[in-house]
Amino acid sequence: MPFVTVETMPTPVISAPVIVASGLTKKYKGLAAVDGISFEVAPGESFGLLGPNGAGKSTTMRMVGAVSTRTSGTLSILGLDPNRHGPEVRAQLGVVPQQDNLDMELRVRDNLIVYGRYFGISNRAAGKKADELLEFAQLSDRAKSKVDDLSGGMKRRLTIARSLMNDPRVLLLDEPTTGLDPQARHILWDRLFRLKEQGTTLVLTTHYMDEAEQLCDRLIVVDKGTIMAEGSPAALIREYSTREVVELRFGSDRNAEVALQLAGLGERIEVLPDRVLIYADDGDAILAHVAAAGLEPVTSLVRRSSLEDVFLRLTGRSLIE
Amino acid sequence: MTSSRVEPVETSPTRSLAAKPRRWGSWYVAEHRLRGMRSYYKTLIATTVFTPFIYLFALGLGLGSLVNRGSAGAFDGVNYLTFVAPALIASAACTAAVEECTYPVLMGFKWNPIFFGMNAAPITGNQITNGVFIAVIGRILPTTAVYYLAMLLFGATPSPWSALEIVIATTTGMAFGLVVASYMAGVETDTGQPAIIQRFIVVPLFLFSGTFFPLTQMPIYLQWIGWLSPLWHGSQLGRLATYGLLEPGWLVAVHVLFLLGLCVFGWLRTQHVVTKRLNK
Repeated sequence: MPFVTVETMPTPVISAPVIVASGLTKKYKGLAAVDGISFEVAPGESFGLLGPNGAGKSTTMRMVGAVSTRTSGTLSILGLDPNRHGPEVRAQLGVVPQQDNLDMELRVRDNLIVYGRYFGISNRAAGKKADELLEFAQLSDRAKSKVDDLSGGMKRRLTIARSLMNDPRVLLLDEPTTGLDPQARHILWDRLFRLKEQGTTLVLTTHYMDEAEQLCDRLIVVDKGTIMAEGSPAALIREYSTREVVELRFGSDRNAEVALQLAGLGERIEVLPDRVLIYADDGDAILAHVAAAGLEPVTSLVRRSSLEDVFLRLTGRSLIE
Repeated sequence: MTSSRVEPVETSPTRSLAAKPRRWGSWYVAEHRLRGMRSYYKTLIATTVFTPFIYLFALGLGLGSLVNRGSAGAFDGVNYLTFVAPALIASAACTAAVEECTYPVLMGFKWNPIFFGMNAAPITGNQITNGVFIAVIGRILPTTAVYYLAMLLFGATPSPWSALEIVIATTTGMAFGLVVASYMAGVETDTGQPAIIQRFIVVPLFLFSGTFFPLTQMPIYLQWIGWLSPLWHGSQLGRLATYGLLEPGWLVAVHVLFLLGLCVFGWLRTQHVVTKRLNK
């Protein structure tokens, strides 16, 4: 975790941004799912949209992916307006949707080949590329399997392999690890990290703060269709939270009551239904105070601040509800 | 950093970026659908080959031997097999078309949502529609061709123009299928629509479209069913091709225009519905 180290800023960007959104808005029957958001993504950058379910992340991704027409605002992907040049934009993107849409009727390798064909790649070149990507996705031994027989993590890796068939300039990932077990997530992160190292521009949505911290150089925190904050994970944590957090559990019926006695400790106190959070730079010192005051929590924990805390601070709500 | 070059301005020849998908996209989709059909090709071949023999044998020869004895001349002056065969082939095309225009369309959006994947690649809603329909033609054309060969074998095609039957039956199937597809493309929740369409639309029309006896034999208050049924128009055209059924020119024009009209309507409406549904 880069907290104690000096923050590594993304390399200064000289080339034009690959994505420029300004006042981007999408309304469904008058209700705004995305409400005038603006952001830019530089080439090679790994950019995240962090927010709870229903924040407008997927809608934003579909607009960036040139499959959903915006209601208003401007949007430029690789210098093109997706409303006018949908196929040209999509020809240069890789897309990993929230829900796998692999073809269950085809086998693993055929899924890749068929997809490559959509970009005008010849059967032979698509076959070669498919073999390379199966290797990358650690699925070579499953080339002839039915998609249905793959585990959730394998399907996800196959979807990522599929999104790379056209050597995309930008890879869009919508909730790439939702629903996966921890081991499968780590394998996936490793693969995504490799792509990042190779210079692929990544744009991903997530409601997992650890995922955002692992993969994103910079992110926007989105809630109810608007941007709440923007910055690198470390900068956001520094700006909106303290160095450490003390988590205390007194039992669900006592938390609120005890919190009153804790007032004044640390910089800020959050009372959640199941625990009390005290934000402070020195967590152990707070714990000592709590003990000295004769308050005996059922469990106590000192941890480093995370993006979860940033989100809580910004919206008053938890990311995963 | 992968690129430090200045991004091209929008007026540059951007179309070359997706030139191939723009041009061939529909065919890529058709190719994909035909690959998908491989998973049930044995069923397809069995249905395509056995259906004509079973029907022509049972209805044409079996039932026909009784009918011919009792009512010579009642069927446009030809034997019963010759009369019924053009309706059977058109009906086989309709059944196959409805099959390919219900499940694959529903699946592409719901159970196996590959349409969204295609659309995330450079393929447009119109191309997805075209590709699915090209694949439907790819399924019906062999179906009607095999049926026609069976008709030849059974001696049910006296006219030298009878080969036109393949085109007529295929068009009839498409007229039916495309309209069904335009409905299916908008179906959000699967409540068994494909089965309902087969049982309550395809089968009744099969029975009431002048298939087994001339439409004029039906009570006048039921004859409108035939007029609305692509199967009747297709069967009558087929009879014209296989044994030279005598019909006024205007009526032949109605048959042709009705079938082509349904095809155009179904095709365009499906394109519209698919495109709208993908763009959410």
